[in-house]
Amino acid sequence: MTETAAPTADTRGRLSALARLLPFARPYRGLIALTFTGALLASLTQLAVPLIARAVVDGPIARGDRAGLIPLLALALVFGVAEAALFFLRRWAMNISSLQIERDLRDTLYQRLQRLPVAFHDGWSSGQLLSRATSDVSTIRRFVGFGAVFLVVNLVTCAVVGALLVATYWPLGVAVLVTCLPLTFFGLRLEKRYNAESRQVQDEQGELATDVEEAVQGIRVVKSLGRSGLVFGRYDRKALRLQDLQLRKVRTLALIWCLFEFQPQLTLAVILVGGSLAVGSGALTVGGLVGFVALFTVLLWPILSLGFLLAQAQETASACDRIGELLDAPLTVTDAPGVRPAVVGSPARLRFEHVGFRFPGTGDPVLSDVDLEVQPGETVALVGATGSGKTTMTALVARLYDVTAGRVTLDGHDVRDLPLDQLRTVVASAFEEATLFSMSVRENVTLGRPGAGDAEVTEALQVAQADFVHDLPWGLDTRIGEQGLSLSGGQRQRLALARAVLGRPSVLVLDDPLSALDVHTEALVERALREVLAETTALVVAHRASTVLLADRVALLEDGRITAVGRHTDLLAQVPAYRALLSSESELAGLTDTDLSEVGAR
Amino acid sequence: MTTTPGTGAAVTTDAGAPADAHADWRGVAGEDADDLDASASSFLRGRSRRLLGELLRPHRRALWQLLAVIVVQNLAWLAGPLLIGLGIEVAVPALLDDDPWPLVWITAAMVAAAVLDTGLRYRFLLGSGRVGQAVLLTLRRRVFTHVQGLPLSFHERYTSGKTISRLTSDVEALAELFDEGLDGLLTALFSVVSIGVLMLVLDLPLGLVALLGLPALYLVGRWFQRSSTVAYRRTRQTIAALIVQFTETFGGIRAVQAFRREPRNDALHAELNEANRKAHHHAFWLIAVFVPSVTMIGNLVTVAVLGYGALRVMDGDLEVGFLLSFLVYLRRFFDPLQDIAMFYNSYQSASAALEKLSGVLEERSVVPEPADPQPLPSPVAGELVFDDVRFGYGAATVLPQLDLTVPAGQTVALVGATGAGKSTLARLAARFYDPVAGQVRLDGVPLDRLADADLRRAVVMVTQESFLFSGSIADNISFGKPEATRAGIEQAARAIGADTFIQALPEGYDTEVAKRGGRLSAGQRQLVSFARAFLADPAVLVLDEATSSLDVPSEVLVQRALQTLLADRTALIIAHRLSTVEIADRVLVMEAGRVVEDGSPAELVGGTGRFADLHRAWADSLV
Repeated sequence: MTETAAPTADTRGRLSALARLLPFARPYRGLIALTFTGALLASLTQLAVPLIARAVVDGPIARGDRAGLIPLLALALVFGVAEAALFFLRRWAMNISSLQIERDLRDTLYQRLQRLPVAFHDGWSSGQLLSRATSDVSTIRRFVGFGAVFLVVNLVTCAVVGALLVATYWPLGVAVLVTCLPLTFFGLRLEKRYNAESRQVQDEQGELATDVEEAVQGIRVVKSLGRSGLVFGRYDRKALRLQDLQLRKVRTLALIWCLFEFQPQLTLAVILVGGSLAVGSGALTVGGLVGFVALFTVLLWPILSLGFLLAQAQETASACDRIGELLDAPLTVTDAPGVRPAVVGSPARLRFEHVGFRFPGTGDPVLSDVDLEVQPGETVALVGATGSGKTTMTALVARLYDVTAGRVTLDGHDVRDLPLDQLRTVVASAFEEATLFSMSVRENVTLGRPGAGDAEVTEALQVAQADFVHDLPWGLDTRIGEQGLSLSGGQRQRLALARAVLGRPSVLVLDDPLSALDVHTEALVERALREVLAETTALVVAHRASTVLLADRVALLEDGRITAVGRHTDLLAQVPAYRALLSSESELAGLTDTDLSEVGAR
Repeated sequence: MTTTPGTGAAVTTDAGAPADAHADWRGVAGEDADDLDASASSFLRGRSRRLLGELLRPHRRALWQLLAVIVVQNLAWLAGPLLIGLGIEVAVPALLDDDPWPLVWITAAMVAAAVLDTGLRYRFLLGSGRVGQAVLLTLRRRVFTHVQGLPLSFHERYTSGKTISRLTSDVEALAELFDEGLDGLLTALFSVVSIGVLMLVLDLPLGLVALLGLPALYLVGRWFQRSSTVAYRRTRQTIAALIVQFTETFGGIRAVQAFRREPRNDALHAELNEANRKAHHHAFWLIAVFVPSVTMIGNLVTVAVLGYGALRVMDGDLEVGFLLSFLVYLRRFFDPLQDIAMFYNSYQSASAALEKLSGVLEERSVVPEPADPQPLPSPVAGELVFDDVRFGYGAATVLPQLDLTVPAGQTVALVGATGAGKSTLARLAARFYDPVAGQVRLDGVPLDRLADADLRRAVVMVTQESFLFSGSIADNISFGKPEATRAGIEQAARAIGADTFIQALPEGYDTEVAKRGGRLSAGQRQLVSFARAFLADPAVLVLDEATSSLDVPSEVLVQRALQTLLADRTALIIAHRLSTVEIADRVLVMEAGRVVEDGSPAELVGGTGRFADLHRAWADSLV
């Protein structure tokens, strides 16, 4: 998919991406230190058993001293209990820190995503976002909570045991270290390959999540056209591709695993040959060789595990990259530095000054050189053919998008110079698609003004003719939205309208707010809305004459430019393009304003 | 669990009377409970085990082969310490006697064992990876297809976020099991069994001391199994709740931002995220106790073996080298037990996910495809009959009794207030639901006797919400008829007047519609979904407020197209606007689920009914 921003070459395949986790780990550094200490100590206690065994062989057994056995066994017992206790400590501390880091990372990601501009969300499929917030964050948690600790502990174990080996009998110790060199070389190459493959798998998982999301959310279309087969085919191709990528990853991991499994066994053979020769030459005792071997066997697991721990680190690094792409995405719609709330009147004066807009990465501007002034308290209707830029224009007021040329002002303040919070309190919008959330009717209506009182809510519901909510099973407390009762398109639209008019905002932006209403209800809403519009500044996208009649003036938008502004009747008389869009002389247009459902409603 | 108003109603709509003890847990019912009583819990466990069994069954052969591979591989791996012990016992003294050959042979044997071990390990990892991926693919396909087949009533109740979490996060939980578990488990199981046996064979008394820990391990394991089942069940719910919140937020990001919902959402998300952390914390706490317990048992046993062994060495009953090897084996006996514990942990997590997945798979469609479908006459004429149809959602009756015959080729407009039953009637015609009583027939064949493919070819419904899939505009139009040529696609778009705006897009028909058609206006999306339906060319077309967002010129074009298009096909049109009615052959005025007026537009206008009143008022307004 084109929308997946490709990481730049220099960030790919580097473990340095893990550094991104440091700020998240910092608050838990105490616990993390505890984790490492616990793990290291546990690792060291593991060395105790071979050492004690050797002491038993060299001491009590050699001397036939049964009583001398007891203190050594007691020591082994202490170390055994200590090892288990340290394991527990490590896991306990690790759980707390890794799960809190996971939580913090996910919260940060969610908060960041909520504040990224709509333009960002236009370009990202939500499946990709979801897979980053769930699987990638979990991958990181698994590494922080397991891999990272053991990676460090095992490296330290290797170093310590390596030093002990050198100390025990240095020629053999050095030989062991030399046999590790090819491991490092081939290992690192494979790890790099693994990083790239992990990234591909993660991206494809996001693609698959996107397909799942579309198939589920578009289920009505899929069903009504009977296209389950087609949708399954799309999904299946991606699932197969994911399988393919996963298998490639499995192959690389198997190679890594085998490399790290083969090497220590080979080293063991080297130890046998070298050790035997040393014993032969009298440089080493048999007991010394036994101890050397026992010490090296302690390394078998740490070496083997380094292979997949490094692989896990690579996978985590690419997960960090993927999350980093979201955290690094610029917050383009933000408060300018040092903004302070400005005085915006209610109603306010809304002006578009030479406004131009183009979607990022596209050639043709959607709006160019738009000039429009809406006087305080005035209602201006925006009329234009489908795709002429009306919706985009309305989105600029509340800064869902930022203008790419010119400026939008409220009472003379550029909207970009107002605190976002103030701007979006002053400006209330209703979109062509009525979005309701899974919460109570009251919460949905008071979305922008959680403090609104019952009287205000009732008034807003009345304006929107949404009295039907009182007939819902739990009235205003009925949970609606996807996880609650489903409402019809007209009902949803009325609630979205109630949400917008609640508390009489200074500026009201309505995008075709009545399209899903039956004409009877539309007439009632218009009557009530007129009162609200009388005392607020409003920009209303209109497709029909009935909606246009709510406005004091009309602006005609053609191909992203305002070509005429004036009163409805004047434009009808003077502007042919306007007449074509809204003429009541048109045989069909006249009919569109007429009520049908009234028949049933009476 | 707290019940939120609204969800309760949604859930009870399709609850039948539970006939057997487990009916409450069947399918996705009871999904939100975690601490279940023993019988419900074992029912769910059994179901999830059965699903895993079904998924693994086709790979029986491969799994047996892998087991054989891992057995040989482990023997090769075990040979290492044995050979080095042998080397120290035999080769070193021989070397001191100037005989280098034992050392040469033993070293060669060690290298050979290492090569064999590594080669087999590679074979095993690859093989188990293949099985794991094949199982995941099967599961993905199965759940996806199944979910697609489930009726709208399921989707409306279950919510998209939850379905998404089943298909993503739950499937990935199983992937983790295969990633981390399968190779570890088989290796570990084999090591434990083989080393256990080896220890007994090498020295029975010492071996018995080594196996002393088994009863304690069993007890600890059983405690972990019981408590982690509940704990992991909870994690599947908390992660699903997070996904639901996530998809809802970013599905409605415009409204979120415009109404400054971000801080409140932050708080909600933080709460769910924290609940998820707590649930995981609890589950992980259990492992934090479980795994060290296994270690502790192992260490106690090691001390016992060391003491007992040392005494026997002193008695001259045992060689020193042998005791040291035995201790190495002991370590290799208990280390994999930790792996088994970890695998068991992954299994418990995957199992909880499988519980949810098997629940979804157990859901049966309430509008199932018939086993022996009846063919439609060819060509399909399109006569639609509602025969004594009754329908309601749950307790609320929407259509008390409906008899209606729509002759082939007739265009019927449905008129009435919100809640009059128009949409329900349309949904019955498209068999999104089956009537509670009575029959809906197409050309004499009951809809529930039709194969899904036949039904969807014959009846297509266009709704007010026009969902676009990612892909190009052309892809979206050809969704109605995948085999359509580009010329056919463009023709359909031209017919309904979508051609102009599409041509004006940067890449015309190849323009990618961004996420959920973000960059097309609502009207443009409706035009695309209209073109899609036109291209599908069904015998019966059902339009549910499909033109609400169109501007007047677009609507005029669509109406004109409809007039030609509907000339020879049956259509049910729900519209709020009189313009649509003008093109209908017949108007049905509905009220409270009943047809209260029925006639041609002209008849109704000429009569004295409600439609006539309305029309008169409209005519007056024109003067």
